[in-house]
Amino acid sequence: MNEEYDVIVLGTGLTECILSGIMSVNGKKVLHMDRNTYYGGESASITPLEDLYKRFKIPGTPPESMGRGRDWNVDLIPKFLMANGQLVNMLQLTEVTRYMDFKMIEGSFVYKGGKIFKVPSTEAEALASGLMGLFEKRRFRKFLLSCTTFDEKDPKTLEGVDPKKTTMRDMYKKFDLGQDVIDFTGHALALYRTDDYLDQPCLETINRIKLYSESLARYGKSPYLYPLYGLGELPQGFARLSAIYGGTYMLNKPIEEIVFENGRVIGVKSEGEVARCKQLICDPSYVPNQVTKVGQVIRVICILSHPIKNTNDVNSCQIIIPQNQVNRKSDIYVCMISSAHNVAAQGKYIAIVSTTVETSDPEREIKPALELLEPVEQKFVSISDMYAPTDLGTESQVFISRTYDATTHFETTCDDIKDIYKRMMGSEFDFEEMKRKKCDIFGEDQ
Amino acid sequence: MALRELKVCLLGDTGVGKSSIVWRFVEDSFDPNINPTIGASFMTKTVQYQNELHKFLIWDTAGQERFRALAPMYYRGSAAAIIVYDITKEETFSTLKNWVKELRQHGPPNIVVAITGNKCDLNDVREVLEKDAKDYADSIHAIFVETSAKNAININELFIEISRRIPSTDASLTSAGKGFKLRRQPSVTKHSCC
Repeated sequence: MNEEYDVIVLGTGLTECILSGIMSVNGKKVLHMDRNTYYGGESASITPLEDLYKRFKIPGTPPESMGRGRDWNVDLIPKFLMANGQLVNMLQLTEVTRYMDFKMIEGSFVYKGGKIFKVPSTEAEALASGLMGLFEKRRFRKFLLSCTTFDEKDPKTLEGVDPKKTTMRDMYKKFDLGQDVIDFTGHALALYRTDDYLDQPCLETINRIKLYSESLARYGKSPYLYPLYGLGELPQGFARLSAIYGGTYMLNKPIEEIVFENGRVIGVKSEGEVARCKQLICDPSYVPNQVTKVGQVIRVICILSHPIKNTNDVNSCQIIIPQNQVNRKSDIYVCMISSAHNVAAQGKYIAIVSTTVETSDPEREIKPALELLEPVEQKFVSISDMYAPTDLGTESQVFISRTYDATTHFETTCDDIKDIYKRMMGSEFDFEEMKRKKCDIFGEDQ
Repeated sequence: MALRELKVCLLGDTGVGKSSIVWRFVEDSFDPNINPTIGASFMTKTVQYQNELHKFLIWDTAGQERFRALAPMYYRGSAAAIIVYDITKEETFSTLKNWVKELRQHGPPNIVVAITGNKCDLNDVREVLEKDAKDYADSIHAIFVETSAKNAININELFIEISRRIPSTDASLTSAGKGFKLRRQPSVTKHSCC
């Protein structure tokens, strides 16, 4: 390893693996190391189940009812892929999708007045939904049509509204939408975690609604996709891409020191050897002095032996509990997957509850979500700090990723990747950069 | 004729000829200067076996075996694993046992294993006796074959033998449990003119 590299990457989380792939595809010489014996860092899926018990310091071993430990791949961070989102675009451009199989998430639900309602995915479902009254449905339909036909390049498409100036609050007023519809639209369709967006220009919200409805249109039941064997497959797939383009991979490497010269990174020391580099990418855990805490997320992994009540026994779903339904500032999310996704033993379900921590008693904050899941066979609670870099890397050439946030999709992760790319390369990220640069598929599928 | 997709993964130390074996099988060519670290992302070849078509989806290590950093994804869903050693290098045969162990740990339970002694064209500098390797392969119920990717010896035979050993009906891989691949085109295609 005592060679000269263009880029050294520390940590094999999704952000790091995608960046490593982009760099290798573009001809950079990359060394990618992780202190752990497994891929994925914080975005790993833990297997076997015994390792999850150990990680959360649950005494004893999993009971026999949990089946074979190897049948489990439990995500530490719950997220789904938006079917028309940026990560799917990246998977397709790089053809990393060849390494994975996906399933659709079967339904999306929203919490209102102590009950859960299906987020309508068809017009017929919308008409039958108990989420809003008949007249509201008509107004909502008009609003939705207006959003989905909106073209950013043609300002005339939004009925005279300037999307960069008009706030979302005013936009709702214009369409005469009531509080229930506003809550539902902002939190279950635009997927905002707080109500801060109301006073922002409406452009971002409209784009989010478009992303939701375009994602929904792709596969039908919900806008979300999930990879078989868990989210941990994603970093592994991009690491393979990087390796095919010459990236060198080392796991189980203790990182002793990041070596600087005149304030600029020149290498990384591991097991007494120094690998030299021009630029460094890493997750916050490798540079605790160059990051700052920006919040906390609570995540509770729950193992169930039954599908969630009132979801029509779907094998996978998302439930959004909008903040004002439970007197909070940020939404609570539940992501559920099951043995159908090769992440749990036969007949078992994994529901992960997550939200941004707002009080000193975070476990109490997520109680309304846990009540929807009863009875819970085993709980694994984590409260983790979120970090953001204090050093943008301009001088040091050290580029630090952000901790995965409480959102239930990968859009913010992709924004972080694009931002790091821009800081490293000095130019805007273009998805075309990810396209494979040579023919590396042989045989009949060329 | 029924088409079955069979994932095959390659294992073995760096430089034993894993990529060369696949090159010979898929493209029927040999490049002595094949880049050691850069693999191909995906290689396929379909062959007929009795009344079935077997489409081999062959995964190369992409160099991730060098520092033992192969991901679990690599082994996932494999119908067969080809573990390669170099008959002219004793140490590549001794580490073979580690690859078998690794495969038992991460691979599917019923995977077909093929032990392959490559570079059999270099018989005069041989360090591994054919009998020793054959005995070991028998002891773990694996296929055994000596190959030369360079001279195209036993390469097709290796894959025919794999086809023969694959259980004829694969109950564990019924389509119900399977997911789908993401495609470029949306599944709901809009009507477009011409």
